Amino acid sequence: MKINAGKLNYRELNQWLRDTKEDCDIVDCRGQRFIAAGRKGGKITISGTPGNALGAYLDGTRLEVMGNAQDAVGDTMNDGTIIIHGNVGDAAGYAMRGGSLYVKGNAGYRAGVHMKAYGDKFPVMVIGGRTGSFLGEYLAGGVIVVLGLHNDGKRIVHYFPCTGMHGGKVFLRSDCSTVDFPDKVHVASATPEDLEEIRPYVEEYVRLFGGDAETLMKGPFTVVTPDSSNPYRQLYVTN
Amino acid sequence: MKEMGYDSCINKRKTRSEIEDSDAERTCSVMINELRDPKLREGNIRIPSGCAIAAVISREGKKMTGEKIAESMKPMRDRSNGLGGGFAGYGIYPEYRDYYALHIFFDDNEARKECEKYLKERFDIVWAEEMQVRKIPEITDEPLIWRYFVAPLQSLMRSMQVDEREYVVRAVTAVNLKIDGAYVFSSGKNMGVFKAVGYPEDVGRFYRLEEYEGYCWTAHGRYPTNTPGWWGGAHPFALLDWTVVHNGEISSYDANRRFIEMFGYKCTLQTDTEVITYIADYLCRRQGLTLREAAAVMAAPFWSTIAKKPPLDKEQYMYLRQVFPSLLVTGPFSIVLGFEGGLMALNDRLKLRSMVVGEKDDKVFVASEEAAIRVMEPNAENIFAPAGGEPVIVNVREGAF
Repeated sequence: MKINAGKLNYRELNQWLRDTKEDCDIVDCRGQRFIAAGRKGGKITISGTPGNALGAYLDGTRLEVMGNAQDAVGDTMNDGTIIIHGNVGDAAGYAMRGGSLYVKGNAGYRAGVHMKAYGDKFPVMVIGGRTGSFLGEYLAGGVIVVLGLHNDGKRIVHYFPCTGMHGGKVFLRSDCSTVDFPDKVHVASATPEDLEEIRPYVEEYVRLFGGDAETLMKGPFTVVTPDSSNPYRQLYVTN
Repeated sequence: MKEMGYDSCINKRKTRSEIEDSDAERTCSVMINELRDPKLREGNIRIPSGCAIAAVISREGKKMTGEKIAESMKPMRDRSNGLGGGFAGYGIYPEYRDYYALHIFFDDNEARKECEKYLKERFDIVWAEEMQVRKIPEITDEPLIWRYFVAPLQSLMRSMQVDEREYVVRAVTAVNLKIDGAYVFSSGKNMGVFKAVGYPEDVGRFYRLEEYEGYCWTAHGRYPTNTPGWWGGAHPFALLDWTVVHNGEISSYDANRRFIEMFGYKCTLQTDTEVITYIADYLCRRQGLTLREAAAVMAAPFWSTIAKKPPLDKEQYMYLRQVFPSLLVTGPFSIVLGFEGGLMALNDRLKLRSMVVGEKDDKVFVASEEAAIRVMEPNAENIFAPAGGEPVIVNVREGAF
């Protein structure tokens, strides 16, 4: 079903979506929020600019945006796939607990803040370009891969990455010699085992947006994990 | 009416047992009416509840009507709640470009007469008129809204030994502080602020912005977080040609206010944004800092970040933080600071609010959301989100405004 969103407010647009189980093609999107919130199954493609909290609580749908997306894409999503053929704003994948988010370009501040994993739930976020400050802040689970394919000369990640990280893994395709990490995370060159872990995600990125997976996999990749010998526990009350 | 009638209501309640039921009902309706009172001011009530900002500027000084900027606020409607909307337009009064344009809200004609008496003692008023507005159901309870084009009395100015801009600042501050029921909400040359209680697109229609043409426009949709919406509390906040539209909430408001009031500014509108306008005026006009330096004061980098800068930068950032520690603005903000011939967009250093910038040909666009930029220019290019504390400064070509 094709939905021309140009004149719809966010309630109307989301009502259209809730009233159908068909795959939808949303055109002329103009900042409507909460698109496909909590939706299960099927596919939605969007052209124009979707508003904040795109795919919040998403539960299985495949969402594809043909341009940029705004803030809080995939907020608390549970399952499904979000594909962005452009850049995303701040707090992408906020508290995401399952599913995957692929961004062709750059991400804003706080990408992957408080992503978490449990049981068979394992969120994956792949950013093609660079990210703003506070990447993977309070990360508790899942994987974030940043490929550094941007060409504006800026660092792969801005200030204060992985602050408060206590679970999960962050992969940065860079030697990160100019990046400062907090002393409570462990920063190392990715081992062959680490790389095998992210290979399927890199291959998926290439399948979606083009490029050569083998070239990308050559790295160098830096992997960041919480330093369990230097836990955050000491920062808070012991009880 | 800066003091609310709560006390009187409480007194009445104390004597409730002594009065008839009908009186009790009357007391109740008094309270409700007072809550509806259009004169209800900031600080008397707390509304637990973000904002939207947008701007467009032509680097070539090409004129645009205010219609597009008002349109741009529509996709961001849910960022405001109808309790404040406003615009600033630059280059809109070319026929009076050498005069200060004062836009003033009056509670009543008494306040207007008192204010005009004050102004006549200090300025040549070359034109005065009630602003022509469009009556629409969405905008109600408007105050008297007047516009004056004025020139400082040279003799008085010389005797005070101040320059023209300082003279105007002192007069504006005095009106806002001393004349009850009069609020000067715009006081620059060849520019003007238009604001009201309502949604921004309605405020644009109310003020007939389609009839004005400017080379730069900024806009705001308000969602007051701590204080009620009233006409004076809507954005932009302005002094001389400085205007500020702000999305956020300034944690350092009172520290900033205490410092800036030492230099003659008075925060009479009790909304955090007001202080940013005075900080901009103080740093840029009175202290002569560049915009980039002012940004480094207001959104100073963390000491740990400064420590890793190249030596010259490090020295400068340290200097600015040490000289103006009380002007560090903390808490979430994204602002657009407008001024004659340009604008500056700035985020707080942690980037706790969204802001994107885009361009197309001679125009540069700023907005809380990309969707708003797409409304103004569907084919906007180079859309990017500036980092926290990274100012984006756009100047109109010299001689083109």
